[in-house]
Amino acid sequence: MTYETVIGLEVHAQLLTKTKIFCGCSTRFGETPNSNTCPICLGMPGTLPVLNKKVVEYAMRMALATHCTVQATSTWARKNYFYPDLPKGYQITQFDRPLAEAGYVDIEKNGAKKRIGITRIHMEEDAGKSIHDELSGSSYVDLNRAAVPLIEIVSEPDMRSPDEAAQYLRRLHEILVYLEICDGNMEEGSFRCDANISLRPEGQESFGIRAELKNMNSFHNVQRALEYEIQRQRAILERGDRVVQETRLWNTSQEVTHSMRGKEEAHDYRYFPEPDLLPIVISDAWKEEIANALPELPMEKRERFVSEYGIPPYDAGVLTASRALADYYEEVARLCGRPKIASNWVMGDFLAYLNEAKLEIGESPVPPAALAELIGIIEDGTISGKIAKEVFEEMWQSGKQPKEIVEDKGLVQITDTGELEKIVEEVLAAHQNQLEQYRTGKDQLFGFFVGQTMKATGGKANPKVVNELLKKKLSTP
Amino acid sequence: MKITTQEVGYVAHLARLELSEDEKGTLTSQLNNILMYMDILNGVDTEGTEPMTHAISLGNVFREDAEKKSIGVEMALANAPEGEMGFFGVPKIIE
Repeated sequence: MTYETVIGLEVHAQLLTKTKIFCGCSTRFGETPNSNTCPICLGMPGTLPVLNKKVVEYAMRMALATHCTVQATSTWARKNYFYPDLPKGYQITQFDRPLAEAGYVDIEKNGAKKRIGITRIHMEEDAGKSIHDELSGSSYVDLNRAAVPLIEIVSEPDMRSPDEAAQYLRRLHEILVYLEICDGNMEEGSFRCDANISLRPEGQESFGIRAELKNMNSFHNVQRALEYEIQRQRAILERGDRVVQETRLWNTSQEVTHSMRGKEEAHDYRYFPEPDLLPIVISDAWKEEIANALPELPMEKRERFVSEYGIPPYDAGVLTASRALADYYEEVARLCGRPKIASNWVMGDFLAYLNEAKLEIGESPVPPAALAELIGIIEDGTISGKIAKEVFEEMWQSGKQPKEIVEDKGLVQITDTGELEKIVEEVLAAHQNQLEQYRTGKDQLFGFFVGQTMKATGGKANPKVVNELLKKKLSTP
Repeated sequence: MKITTQEVGYVAHLARLELSEDEKGTLTSQLNNILMYMDILNGVDTEGTEPMTHAISLGNVFREDAEKKSIGVEMALANAPEGEMGFFGVPKIIE
C-alpha cells in the first residue's frame, strides 16, 4: 500500500531582547551559571512578573510577517507541571487566547508555490537548563535561561514530506533572522523544532496516529529524523500493527528515534488564566506601526532581485541569504550599474574570500564602493578580467583602492593595437611548428596562440584585441 | 457527586500533595460543595457577556527592555538545599 506522510511542526524561537520576559535580568548566552537571575525568574514567593514590551513587539513582527491575524486582546495562562528547571512549578504561556492566529508561509513544490498554514503564534517563557552527571546521583540546574522570551510557531499539518518540512523550517528561520528578532542559532538552542508526523493510506481523509519527535538540533537532523520515522511507521502499518501515540527522541549518533515511554507521565497541564498578568490589548495603530517598520522579507527580496536586476533565481537566492549580503550586493550593483557582473563577483571571489577569512560582511576589507570601482575598470577595458582577480586579492590584503593598485603595479591592460601586433608577431615567429600545424587545419591551436600572447604580456593584453589580431594574422599567410 | 475520591487523589498527585485516606474523604466532600456552588453560577444568564479573566479591566502593563542588575550566584543559591559549582543540585532527573 502507498502511504502519505503528514507533518506539522512546532518551532520555538528565542527572542533577541536584552532582558528576560518578566524581569530585567540579562538574556546573554554562555554566562556563569545562575548569574543572570533575580527573585522573579527564580520563582521566589511574593514576586510579580512585569511584561517586557519588546517581547510583544517582536512577536507581532513575526505574526505580521507570516500573514497572521493579530488578536485585539490576548491573555496569559499558566501551564502547570513539575520539573527542576521550571522554578515556579508552572510556565507562563498563552493558551486559549494566543497573540496571533491563522497565517502562512509559502514554500516551493515542483516549481510551484505551496502554502503552509500557521495555526498560531504565541509568547511564553523558556525553562532553565539541566545538566545530568553520569557518575553522581545528581542533576544540576542553571536558571540563566529561565524566563528568556520565546515565541512558539505552530504549523498546520500541511507538509507531506521531510523536504517540505525542511523548506518550511528554512523559510521561518530566514524570516526570523531578517526581522532581527532571533539569532537563529540551532546549536545554542535559540531556534528549536519539534515535529508531529503520521502516515495514512493514500486517499484517506482522516489522519493516522502520530508520533512527536524532539531533540533535533539542526535542519539536517530534522530531515533525517523524519525520514527515519516514515520508515519506522510504515513498517508498523505494513505488518498490521498500530502506531503508538508518543514522544520520541532523535538520537543523532545512532540516527534513530527512541521512545520516551515510561520516562514521561501522561500530561495534564491544568491550564488556567494567569492572575498576575493583565491582558495584552493591541490597537490597530500599534499593529500598523509595527507593520510599517517591517523590512523587506527574503522571498520578496528574491523576487525583486530577479525582476529588477535581471539575475537568475539561483543568484537571487544566494545573495539574499542574509540581509547584510543582500544590502552589500545591492550597493555594488547600484554603484557599478552592472547587476549581473556584480552578482558574479559578490557570489564568487567576494564570498570565497569572506568565508576563507571567516569574516562577517561588515568586517570585509573591501567595501561595496571599491568592488564597484573594480567592476568599472574591467568594464571600461582598463584591466582584463584575469588581472582583476589579482587586483581583488591585493584589495583584500591591503585595503587599497583598485585604481591605486593598478597604477602602482602597472597592470593597465594593453589595448594599443600597434604594441600588441608586435607581440603577436613575435609569438607567431617563436612557434613556427604550431603555426604550420594550424595552417594545415589544426584549428584548435588558436587557443594556444591566445594563451602564449597573454603569457607574453603578463596577462595584461586585452583578450578581445588579441583575438582580432590573431584572426587577422593567421588568415593572411 | 461532582467529583470522586479517585479524582481528588489524581489531582493531589499532580500537585505533589500527599494525602491520607481521611484527608481525601474530607476534601472530596468539600470540593463537591464548591462544584455544586459553581452549578448555581452556571444558571446565571451570561448571554452576550465577555468572559472575564481579571477582576480589573486594565491591559498593557509593560516595562521597557532595560537591563537590571541580577542578584549574583551566591544570593541566588542562598536558599538552595544543595548547590555545586554555582548550580542548583537536584536529585537525578534521568536514569
